[in-house]
Amino acid sequence: MHYANFGFFISILATATSAAADLGQQIATQGNSRGAVACVACHGPTGAGNAAAGFPRLAGLNADYLAKQLRDYQSGARDNPIMQPIAQALDEQEQVSVSAYYAAQEGSPAPLIGRADRAPQSLGERLATRGAWERDIPECVSCHGPGGAGVGAAFPRLAGQHASYIEQQLQAWKQGSRGNDPNQLMRPVAEKMTDEESAAVAAYFAQLGTADSSQ
Amino acid sequence: MNIFSKPGRNALAVVVVAGIMGYDGIVLAQNQPQDPPQDQRIDYQAELPPTTVAVQPGEALFEPPREEDIPDDQFGAMVRLGHQIFVDTQTYAREYVGNGMNCTNCHLDQGRKANSAPLWAAYTLYPAYRKKNDHVNTYEERLQGCFRYSMNGTPPPSGSKALTALVTYSYWLAQGAPTGEVLPGRGYPVVAEPAGGYDLARGEQVYQASCAICHGADGQGQKVGESYVFPPLWGPDSYNWGAGMHRINTAAGFIKGNMPLGHGGSLTDQEAWDVAAFMNSHERPQDPRFEGDVDATRERFHQHPGFYGRELNGKILGRDNTGQ
Repeated sequence: MHYANFGFFISILATATSAAADLGQQIATQGNSRGAVACVACHGPTGAGNAAAGFPRLAGLNADYLAKQLRDYQSGARDNPIMQPIAQALDEQEQVSVSAYYAAQEGSPAPLIGRADRAPQSLGERLATRGAWERDIPECVSCHGPGGAGVGAAFPRLAGQHASYIEQQLQAWKQGSRGNDPNQLMRPVAEKMTDEESAAVAAYFAQLGTADSSQ
Repeated sequence: MNIFSKPGRNALAVVVVAGIMGYDGIVLAQNQPQDPPQDQRIDYQAELPPTTVAVQPGEALFEPPREEDIPDDQFGAMVRLGHQIFVDTQTYAREYVGNGMNCTNCHLDQGRKANSAPLWAAYTLYPAYRKKNDHVNTYEERLQGCFRYSMNGTPPPSGSKALTALVTYSYWLAQGAPTGEVLPGRGYPVVAEPAGGYDLARGEQVYQASCAICHGADGQGQKVGESYVFPPLWGPDSYNWGAGMHRINTAAGFIKGNMPLGHGGSLTDQEAWDVAAFMNSHERPQDPRFEGDVDATRERFHQHPGFYGRELNGKILGRDNTGQ
């Protein structure tokens, strides 16, 4: 490729990338004219979410994971009265762009806690790092990674996620309002967990990697 | 293809007829067969004979003690170290591991889970005579075999802290288990090869549908930081060609009983065999017993269902692999 052409190609690429980032930020902060409200209203400009309201932290979640959630709200695989109309008002490009925007927001890094580093100190920690195999409940960290750091696009980060949101989602799996788990990996696990266990494991992950402030 | 159609069938038949069995090919000393044929004697982790110890629905299983009941003394400290090595081998026994695996990848629930080769069912079957090397083996030697093959590493020496810790953890898990008795849930379930054999193309479909989400589209596993969360199933960071899991029937039993994680029993026998064959039809680190001739290695050590030394897609698996 000729240098001039190559430079042109790079500048086009940079422009396109920058445009996508701009679109993501625009959707996050202003929404769109087709009925999608600004994400920041609930999730905040840095994606910290809102613990009291149960709005999830988005900062640092995997971009493909976030985009899939928007698609699943759109299709109804995730049933939520607030998010469904918003997701349905976003086109695919907007979904991808705003997902990338929040994925790029810096949260506290998830501490990579070795699962065997200490004996569990609580019910939540025991479930997270040991599971309850007598009921075929694997250790959460066996899929969500050390300390719930998240693995790839299918297993979201749990570290630092609001306990209210994690608990709410475990209930959603159980009650059937959330059915978008790849290969039906999560729902049967949630169904086997007691309410006490759901609350305990939510509290355990919520307190990991939360050095930054959030509401 | 039938598991009994291979040259090892006569020796296997001796084992079956005698009605005896042990852990991964060991033969309990009081029941050893007379004069095992040479090829069977040296086959590492020889064929698991069909057994009567498969867990029946509703059957009570041995229950190992709870972690919170580990005593708070020096013995307990060694139990805890053994647990740590077992669950996070990459961190706690790094120097002995040559791949990306942890013990608990194949022995789920920290070595406690029935049908996932639980330690409590293995510990009480040693010392035992093994055909592989024609002498009475200790539990330490069995653990060393795991490091050499499944972990593709260097076995911790007898008396080393790592090996002592693993023995201590196993002993503690086996508290109350009857010595010398084969317990329900030992090893992996025996899944008979389907009448129509197995099929690699079907296996690939099962793999992509049910396994790739965790283990990756090309079996490479998935890491967070430096460590694998989902173990690699083939390639340089996986178990080597000498590990028991490279055998199709062994892998089919493990998969049927335990995969996908938390959803054991969800695949059909056919799917388990197909995907086990697909997984084990890929290249992996060399058999440590390889001495330069893949045919000789196959003839001597691989009289069981597996792809080592077999031609597939124009390549002979194991041939150009130096294990480096």
